[in-house]
Amino acid sequence: MLPLMIGAPDMALPRLNNWGFWLLPPAGTILLMPLVLYFFGIGTGGADAGWTLYPPLSAQSGWGIDFAILALHLMGISSVMGSINVVVTILNMRAPGMTMMKLPMFAWGWLMTAFLLIATIPVLAGAITMLLTDRHFDTHFFNAAGGGDPILFQHLFWFFGHPEVYILLLPIWGFIPHILETFARKPMYGYKAQVWSLVCIAALSVIVWAHHFFTAGMPVQALLYFMYSTMSISVPLAVLFFCWIATIWRGSMTFETPMLFALGFIILFGIGGLTGLVLADVAADAQYHHSYFVVAHFHYTLFAGGIMGVMAGVYYWLPKMTGHMFNEKLGKLHFWLTVFSFNLTFMPQFFVGLAGMPRRIPDYALQFTEFNMISTIGAFALGLSQLIFVYNVVTTWRGKGEKATDGVWEGSKGLEWQLSSPPPHHSWDPQPVVK
Amino acid sequence: MNRLLRSLVAMLAVFTPLAAFADYTWNFPEPATPLALDTLNVHNKFMLITIVIFVVVLGIMLYSMVRHRKSVGHQASDFTGPKNRKQLLWTLLPFAILLYIDFILMGIPAAHSIFMMEDTKTNAQMVLKITGSQWKWQYEFMDGDAQGIKFVSNLKTPDDQLYKGAPKGEHYLLEVDNELVLPTNKKIRVLLTATDVIHNWWVPQFGVARDAIPGFLRETWLEIDKPGIYRGQCKELCGRGHGYMPVVVRAVPEEEFKTWVVAKKDEQQATAASADKVWTKDELMAKGGETYNKVCAVCHQPNGQGLPPAFPALAGSKVVNAAVVDGEGHLIKDHHLDRVMNGKAGTAMQAFKNTLSDAEIASVVTYERNSFGNAMGDIIQPSQVKALR
Repeated sequence: MLPLMIGAPDMALPRLNNWGFWLLPPAGTILLMPLVLYFFGIGTGGADAGWTLYPPLSAQSGWGIDFAILALHLMGISSVMGSINVVVTILNMRAPGMTMMKLPMFAWGWLMTAFLLIATIPVLAGAITMLLTDRHFDTHFFNAAGGGDPILFQHLFWFFGHPEVYILLLPIWGFIPHILETFARKPMYGYKAQVWSLVCIAALSVIVWAHHFFTAGMPVQALLYFMYSTMSISVPLAVLFFCWIATIWRGSMTFETPMLFALGFIILFGIGGLTGLVLADVAADAQYHHSYFVVAHFHYTLFAGGIMGVMAGVYYWLPKMTGHMFNEKLGKLHFWLTVFSFNLTFMPQFFVGLAGMPRRIPDYALQFTEFNMISTIGAFALGLSQLIFVYNVVTTWRGKGEKATDGVWEGSKGLEWQLSSPPPHHSWDPQPVVK
Repeated sequence: MNRLLRSLVAMLAVFTPLAAFADYTWNFPEPATPLALDTLNVHNKFMLITIVIFVVVLGIMLYSMVRHRKSVGHQASDFTGPKNRKQLLWTLLPFAILLYIDFILMGIPAAHSIFMMEDTKTNAQMVLKITGSQWKWQYEFMDGDAQGIKFVSNLKTPDDQLYKGAPKGEHYLLEVDNELVLPTNKKIRVLLTATDVIHNWWVPQFGVARDAIPGFLRETWLEIDKPGIYRGQCKELCGRGHGYMPVVVRAVPEEEFKTWVVAKKDEQQATAASADKVWTKDELMAKGGETYNKVCAVCHQPNGQGLPPAFPALAGSKVVNAAVVDGEGHLIKDHHLDRVMNGKAGTAMQAFKNTLSDAEIASVVTYERNSFGNAMGDIIQPSQVKALR
């Protein structure tokens, strides 16, 4: 979508693009190979130290960890290459007259994501390489017995890990306002404020990492600093929410599937954001941390905020990409089922976490049974309702729905809607002039 | 949207009858320490604030969605930002409120809680050291009358409840063989460390959760208000048995604690003395079987087949079916007794001499050498283990 929206024929560096993409299948294969081999009785199983790979646990595990480290390196290289491509495209290939302050918000989201990836991936790469040498070459970066510090890994990991969350969300925060302005038939509110909020969030995201391990113990000054810096993220986020709501305020709204997902995103992501504000409090965090409360919070930000946001985007641009309309009724059904089963799955987890259920356990004490039962039912319903989405996308791709017009939506603005649906292969040649 | 509230209300309605017989709550469990009480107050206040924010914002959105829709003929406006100074001030108002909430309304009580949580030393009357190991807790009293008391606390839930579908007991997964006994109304400074990987000692009713990190000391504190039994769990992923290392604390009044200290010290002396007597093979096999199922069976499995390759089988193992000491009575490196006492670096096999008594080590090694089809026929005496420490 990026070249279409900024009036460029294609991404700047096609070969880099190819490399970035084709590194992913081998990376995924390498990550999963030990697990598959294990089923055939070979090796020690997949990586089994959680996604955070904390040593000394990860130093103890079998060679699934080594495979995971190699896979992470490949994915890191792929991400950095992709990011360079995004940055180069946005900075150099904009249509004549499109100044930075006329960039589509989606491009701003991508730009910030790309910068964050370039800044943080090398830190992760360093940390996992240190882990690798600890495992095999007897270095002691994270081994206290040899003068190292296991907590050092957590610092390095979360320096990458916290921005990673925003890496996933920034492009979504970019296109949500496009969807809102389209279906509210009203121009985006506070463009500049939103741009600076995205920049602010990207900057803040690299200075708050230690709130992921408040219970590991650190000096009071550090606790205070990380608590207040984390709380201050609420300010740029509140600006975004304010602008989103002001965009639909006194508009002329219709509620097609992308709009439903965008509005559902705002509300449910709001729950994730507000519980995040609570989690920033160090003393109470001792209770929330590593409990199901955090699991619920995480899914309200990354499922409601991430996946549902992505779905809003997919439904929004699907007719543009395929040239056909999707089945609106199925789309709406998908939305309502997703919202209902999502809340059924994750709302009980807030309560079970407060009641004292830790995460990452294979079995739980009896008092948590009822909540877990409800969560389980919700999870199956949530999984099954995504099949509707798959069906809808596949049939649209095959050209089942009626032909889409160039503009697709009544209120659509932006360069991509001026091209045909689907757009030609080498779009925008010659480039349009933006006034 | 209101479907969210509706689903919430529906869920509440579903839960109310269940709540009558299940002992969970909608909030943190009842606090038992000043820290937990403070945490609960802070939590309640913050929840109230965030719920108010949520409802207000949701209300504004709902109003807009109902009134500003095309189907009721609403004409779109075209404003993109505040137009004059007055509007600008109105726009800035929510952010002023937010800053006030962040750094004053929430920030100040939160900072007070941090100071309270981190002040482990002022007026502390006792020091307790907690060591996490895969997958059990070791407690040691460091000063006062109880100084020298040191014991290991293991999960007590039997295997048939864990894996074989037997009816589960009331405190399934939250029961231990040796509970930690602490006096009430005494400020206890807690030092935490670990022997292998990072663990986290957590009792929800104490408002305390702190990592136990190998090679480092971390600290926290407790002052339990009322007598009772408090249960918690390890909260940091620590491998295969992470879900099976509970914490059980029995808080008793000062007097009762003193009686317990005396009894526990006698028990420890008896254990130490048992190392000096000569055990029969039957005694060793009986105690060995009990110790094996409690400590070793998690990885090596009750039938000694292990879960290869991570957890090797003991049945037919080369390590087990070989001599343990050389002609001069020294441990043979990497053979059976050495492995049990000193562990194997870089694996979950830990140095059990830190957590098991002489009698336990001697009996479990004897048991392993004469079970699962292994027939070495020899026995190890606790006194041998004592001498080899």
